[in-house]
Amino acid sequence: MKISTTKRLERLQERHANGDISRRTFLTLTAAAATTAGLNMPWMGRALAATTDVRFDGWGGVVQEAIDKYAFQPYTAKTGNKVVQGTFGDENEIITKIKTSKPGDFQVIHSSGVNYYIKYVNAGATSELNEANIPNLANVLQPMIEPFRKLTPKLSAVPYDYGTTGLAYNTTVISPEEAKEKGAAMLADKKYAGKIGGYADMTTRVWYAALDTGQDPNNIQDMDAVWAKVRETRDLAKKFWSSGAELMDLLSKGEIVVTDAWSGRVAALQQQGHPIGYLDPSGSYAWMEDMLVLKGSPMAECEELLNFMLDPATSIAVAEGQNYPPSLDPTKVKLTEKIEKLPAFDPTGQMKALTFADPIYWADNEDAWQKQWDRISKGA
Amino acid sequence: MYDPRLAWMLVAPVLLLLIFFLLLPIAVMLVYTFFTFVTAGVESATVTLANWHEFLTDGYYHGFLLKTLRVGGMTAIICGILGYFPAYFIWATTFKHKWLLLLLLIVPFWISFTIRTFSWIHILGEQGLINVTLLKLGLIQEPLQMLYTEGAVIMGLLHFLLPYMILNVYVSLESIDRTLISAARSMGCTSAQAFREVTLPLSLPGLAAGLMLCFVLAAGSYVTPQLLGSGRDALFGNLIYDTIMGQLNWPMGATLSIVLFMVLGCFAAVYTRYMSMSQIVKGLGG
Repeated sequence: MKISTTKRLERLQERHANGDISRRTFLTLTAAAATTAGLNMPWMGRALAATTDVRFDGWGGVVQEAIDKYAFQPYTAKTGNKVVQGTFGDENEIITKIKTSKPGDFQVIHSSGVNYYIKYVNAGATSELNEANIPNLANVLQPMIEPFRKLTPKLSAVPYDYGTTGLAYNTTVISPEEAKEKGAAMLADKKYAGKIGGYADMTTRVWYAALDTGQDPNNIQDMDAVWAKVRETRDLAKKFWSSGAELMDLLSKGEIVVTDAWSGRVAALQQQGHPIGYLDPSGSYAWMEDMLVLKGSPMAECEELLNFMLDPATSIAVAEGQNYPPSLDPTKVKLTEKIEKLPAFDPTGQMKALTFADPIYWADNEDAWQKQWDRISKGA
Repeated sequence: MYDPRLAWMLVAPVLLLLIFFLLLPIAVMLVYTFFTFVTAGVESATVTLANWHEFLTDGYYHGFLLKTLRVGGMTAIICGILGYFPAYFIWATTFKHKWLLLLLLIVPFWISFTIRTFSWIHILGEQGLINVTLLKLGLIQEPLQMLYTEGAVIMGLLHFLLPYMILNVYVSLESIDRTLISAARSMGCTSAQAFREVTLPLSLPGLAAGLMLCFVLAAGSYVTPQLLGSGRDALFGNLIYDTIMGQLNWPMGATLSIVLFMVLGCFAAVYTRYMSMSQIVKGLGG
């Protein structure tokens, strides 16, 4: 795994913040990194990455660690092909980088589902996968594949996992009964002013504001009411977080007592013993993630990697590691008990209980809404 | 004998570097400001003034620009006040290993800027060092809101910029002929008078250069307000980031970038003119 020194240090800080390593270990490793920083020349990273192996960019943190440990390392051991990794904090960030690079510089992206898939299609950055080279695609949930195929009949991505952005709350302050009764309204509850959090993301903010104003997030009729609710939450919030590590830090340190949150990160907090409850209110925001292969990539190697990642043994191990259910159809593949207990897991394989964003509706409104959200988030 | 060709040959590498790595990218950015935004991540080369029109008519941008100049100015002034005394101490001390003090100024740069900024979260947060100490001492009943405020942003910027100020002032002090101070003392000046009449005026070029450097770096900062401030504490750099990286609107992002570049460039030009360019150069170069 090859990442920049800055990313390594950021990840180290993240692990410290998550409580994975002690303060002493953190300081020791930071000092060691600082000592060796002078030996790290700019050309070294390029030299290390200058191979014909596959380049992967993902979300970093515990999610990418799970993918690296349970998919990439076994893949390298089996095939000899290495996976050169990078990370991003926001998917628009990697789209910007792709736009300024040559085809092939970036190859496989851990992308945020159909909403983002459209952006790659619009930018002309998608490839055409040869599905015959990915036999394990047959095990993937059809309801997850169909939205991609509607946009491009020849797939450029394979769905890999899914989850929800539900409500996380501190159980020492908010009871499960109160959470269930109030639902999305907790994010604008004056009782918790200064102790509310939220994802600093337009889709999430608009989605939850729509739920709190009694509207269908995929067919909003009163946008003014939605923006008013977004402002209400903003004024009551302590902080809108922008990464999974920050979410976990805010919740575990008690800086916030209620927030919308990624199901997998909450599961990780619960496994660490923090008093954090999780609730998917009616219409909770469901999302999927995919492995997207970009135009200009070495297709045979990428398809081989995707097939390996979709192998049930690999996919299940990654899912357990990152706490998000895999895209495997539970009616075709026997999943583990741990996965079946994960938040958002759909045992039917129909995905009907989950509400995904309508990609066309959201793509039509994205430019205007993103601009408005950027302004509101800054006090406008 | 003076040969102008030799002078041009000597200066050519620097000129080429400036043209290809400074002027050309700025020119490309300027061209982008006239492109048309189609949708996120897509723009066309159709020439338009829409981006400039939006900037000139939208008070949202003007408010953040003024705020950025205010925060940059405050940070620079506080840096000047806080930075002068350590610089003076390092210059005036008779400590044998003065290099060690200068080394201490550089040590923070060995650690990632992001991690240094993150460290303030553990100091200013509700569960941070200050709040926990004050709560345990019984001096406060509820944690103080220090993080995610403009004060936290300025604190982070001071942490980042103070070494630049100290080094600038120190270099300026080092260039002072110490016999001038001795002369002032021998003519009846007290230590304070000698400082006020001789040392301070002669060190002003370094202070002025430090103020400009700190102001420009603070006004152009992005990471510190992102990590330590709330959305309301954003600076103009954060608006540029949002426009380019969030909205994927490169033409508008380029317009905002050129605006910040022009505003800071104009400030630097006016500042150096009134402070006298030669003094700034002296301050920077010792």
